[in-house]
Amino acid sequence: MKVDRRSFLGLGLGAVAGVTVSPLPWKLIDDVSIWTQNWPWTPVPPDGEVTYDNTVCTLCPGHCGISVRKINGRPVKIEGRKGYPINDGGVCLHGLSSLQYLYDPARVKQPLMKKGKVWEKISWKDAITLVTGKLAELRKKQSPDRLACITDTDKGTISGLFERFLKAFGSNNFYTISSMDKTWEKTFKMMHHSGSSPGFDLKNSDFILSFGCGFIEGWGSPVHNFKINSAWKENKAKFVQIEPRLSHTAAKADMWIPVKPGTDADLALGMCCEIISKDLYDTSYISGFTKGFNDFSNMVKKNYTPEKVSKTTGVPASKIKELALKFAKAKTPVAIAGKGRGYKAGSMKEFTAVHALNCLAGNINKKGGVWTMPFMEYGNWPAINMDSVASAGVSKPVIGESGSVAALFEKINASKKSPVDLLFVYQSNPCFTMHDVKAVEKAVEKIPFIVSFSSVMDETAEKADIILPSHMFLERYEDVPGAFGLVEEVTGLCVPVAGPVFNTKNPGDSILMIAKALKGSVASSFPWENYHACLEKITGDIWDKLSGDGYLRKDANLPYLRPDADFSFAAQNTESVKMEGSEGSFPLILVPVDNMRLFSGVFASSPFAVKTVSDTIIKKRDILVELNPVTAKKIGLSHGDYAMIATPKGTAKVKVHIFEGIMPGVVGMDEGLGHTAENIFIKDKGVNVNELVGPVIDTGSGLDAAWGIRAKLSKV
Amino acid sequence: MNELEEKTEDVSMDAVEDGQKEEQKAEGDSGLGMGVLFFLVAFVVCFLSCWLLFPKVLYSEKSQPFNFNHRLHVEETGDCESCHSFRDDGSFAGIPKISKCLECHDEQQGDTKDEAFFIKNYASKDKEVPWFIYSKQPDCVFFSHAAHVKAAGMDCKTCHGDIGDSTKCKPYEENRITGYSRDIWGKSIWGIKKHSWDRMKMDDCAQCHEKETGEKGSCFQCHK
Repeated sequence: MKVDRRSFLGLGLGAVAGVTVSPLPWKLIDDVSIWTQNWPWTPVPPDGEVTYDNTVCTLCPGHCGISVRKINGRPVKIEGRKGYPINDGGVCLHGLSSLQYLYDPARVKQPLMKKGKVWEKISWKDAITLVTGKLAELRKKQSPDRLACITDTDKGTISGLFERFLKAFGSNNFYTISSMDKTWEKTFKMMHHSGSSPGFDLKNSDFILSFGCGFIEGWGSPVHNFKINSAWKENKAKFVQIEPRLSHTAAKADMWIPVKPGTDADLALGMCCEIISKDLYDTSYISGFTKGFNDFSNMVKKNYTPEKVSKTTGVPASKIKELALKFAKAKTPVAIAGKGRGYKAGSMKEFTAVHALNCLAGNINKKGGVWTMPFMEYGNWPAINMDSVASAGVSKPVIGESGSVAALFEKINASKKSPVDLLFVYQSNPCFTMHDVKAVEKAVEKIPFIVSFSSVMDETAEKADIILPSHMFLERYEDVPGAFGLVEEVTGLCVPVAGPVFNTKNPGDSILMIAKALKGSVASSFPWENYHACLEKITGDIWDKLSGDGYLRKDANLPYLRPDADFSFAAQNTESVKMEGSEGSFPLILVPVDNMRLFSGVFASSPFAVKTVSDTIIKKRDILVELNPVTAKKIGLSHGDYAMIATPKGTAKVKVHIFEGIMPGVVGMDEGLGHTAENIFIKDKGVNVNELVGPVIDTGSGLDAAWGIRAKLSKV
Repeated sequence: MNELEEKTEDVSMDAVEDGQKEEQKAEGDSGLGMGVLFFLVAFVVCFLSCWLLFPKVLYSEKSQPFNFNHRLHVEETGDCESCHSFRDDGSFAGIPKISKCLECHDEQQGDTKDEAFFIKNYASKDKEVPWFIYSKQPDCVFFSHAAHVKAAGMDCKTCHGDIGDSTKCKPYEENRITGYSRDIWGKSIWGIKKHSWDRMKMDDCAQCHEKETGEKGSCFQCHK
């Protein structure tokens, strides 16, 4: 017998046959198929017990109730909380994606101190010691009034603690960012009572006249308004949108009236004139509850006839008359003001003119009308222990005449040496959200020491000297009283549903730590062991309900104020808020545009939200500006062309989006883009429109009420 | 050369050629014989090694963190659901969390080494026990215990066998390719089963579904 090639052939065949009839190939095929369907490197979220925790979203002033879906205690999804008075199960895309803020790489992960231009890590103990040292120096120099604080709101116990700290320290310089809420409050102070704000019963209105409000673009409480907008379709209510561009709100309205930018007040007064001239107003209300009506009546009849107004606004006189008639004849008409999301203050002339329409309709404190809501009585704060330094400090006037942030920065820039030596910045980002960013940055840089309480490294935090990072809202306790414009009082409770993910603290605890370290009367004004104890004590009687249900709702027997109205201010016919720049050098008008998908407030938009923005707004890193085809043709621009936009405040390279829905001569530019802070998802995407628009102080309110600026576009 | 001589030469030449063919035939037979032999040897060696050795290569054997006596716990608690419970939302909790164990084991109950180990390393530290799960299905599989146990009234044993009667944990054999337990394919590498709980593959689900409901079910019932 001889071993030859046949033997080897037999060996091979035998091996193949042996393997084939064994379980190996069949088992391997099965295993490989399972492997390919479950790649081991594909992350699979761990399975586990599903629970829901309720809390309140504080990303925007809407204050929706949210339910956080958790798996084994790990938050995985945000949903709207069913049955919550404000949003009843609804949620917007920003709230929905707020878990991305929790793990955002831009978060400040521990206290940081700036050395030169470099951030260095520092312990909480050292950070508090450092801040306390700087504060003690101010008190030692008998100048506690050189401390200032900027926050987004003066409502709730965390802001309350900041305000209280400043008082106990000896400073009046507590500022909140101006928004339409403030203009409405000032309007109500002029026309009704001080200490009141409007409650719009929009759900029960049958005719809604909106002067540029982005009703479905984030105005007021966004999700609440989405639901009202849906209810209107069912109730057959009529919604009229007045603004120079076809926004989403205008597109969904029953009627859109394009009006020249900045002439809303004229249009409202023209309507008032028509209503008064035709005796279409509610005579019983006007004669029984108002004063200054005759002056107002004479003023509008003289200056604001529909024919005159037609020339100013570009709206035909017949249209103004038709609109006035429809408004006056409606059962429950309401007129609202506040441009876009309402994050910026408006002009008093416009707001009082718009509210004059509500008063003429006699729809004050009536179902479907506007209610005079007194400020919520809230919080059982004990008296502050003021020592002589504090008493002397608070006797000095607030820096900046009107007490607005814009006035503060103007004062700092106008002074050789900053009147503020130490600034607290909490829940606000003035270096991004305020008009004329460069001037704001200049003022901020002049302040010797800035303490930021930001959760993320935003534009203002980058300019700070020390950051005491706060828990973001999903990680902390906080009471959230009220949302703007509601006809009910809803107080929500934010509770920790995650983390804390990083070495951060509740800002309430940070301020308590600083107060205690200062000792003396400041420390004794803060007798609470920690923020949670403070929250429990200050909310007092309502704490049990708040912590049990997560909210407290009061919609019956609310203490509405009398419906009396005073037309005196409206009758003064103050000057409109003019835009900066001359028509000769800048033939176009730039107006900021609010878009629901881009967040233009304190936080930068989340990665998820940015991905939903259309490429007619942002394409790669370029922002697009809206331009009417007629205007574009005059300049020689086509869709997608690069252009240079110039305003008295600055220039920027933009792309052109030809849009027939914007009035000729007007350029629309979205808010919320052009972030410069280190945020990998949104940095250097587009241009911040606030860099191009400067502040214009409204004489009526003292607030920055700029609504646009003159501009020029040239082909690049 | 005459004609006879030519014939004689032809014969002799044929004889030579025939002799050579015979020789070749004999050699060819022996070559085939070796081929067959080699075939059989290779067949048997490969077949046996793929049957007997392949599973040893495919699965890596792991020990559970400590031994768990199911029988003892069933005797104490009376059923499976006391520990392997359903949550309020109807989902199945699977292996109990440490908090469940601590309901009884806040302190040592018996005197076994395993319980002492558990108390020292997990219970006292409130740390989850990293159990290997014998019946864990791939992530692409959706399975509702509630539908089978509560709605259809099936017994745990139908799929999980006599584990409730075991006194110690068998080694966990992890498939090196898929990462899942050997119990899914079944102990038999041939995929042969004697009992309903011997395998937990899709075909086994379908077999039972066909028997109980008349149809195997559709893809998206399990692969969502």
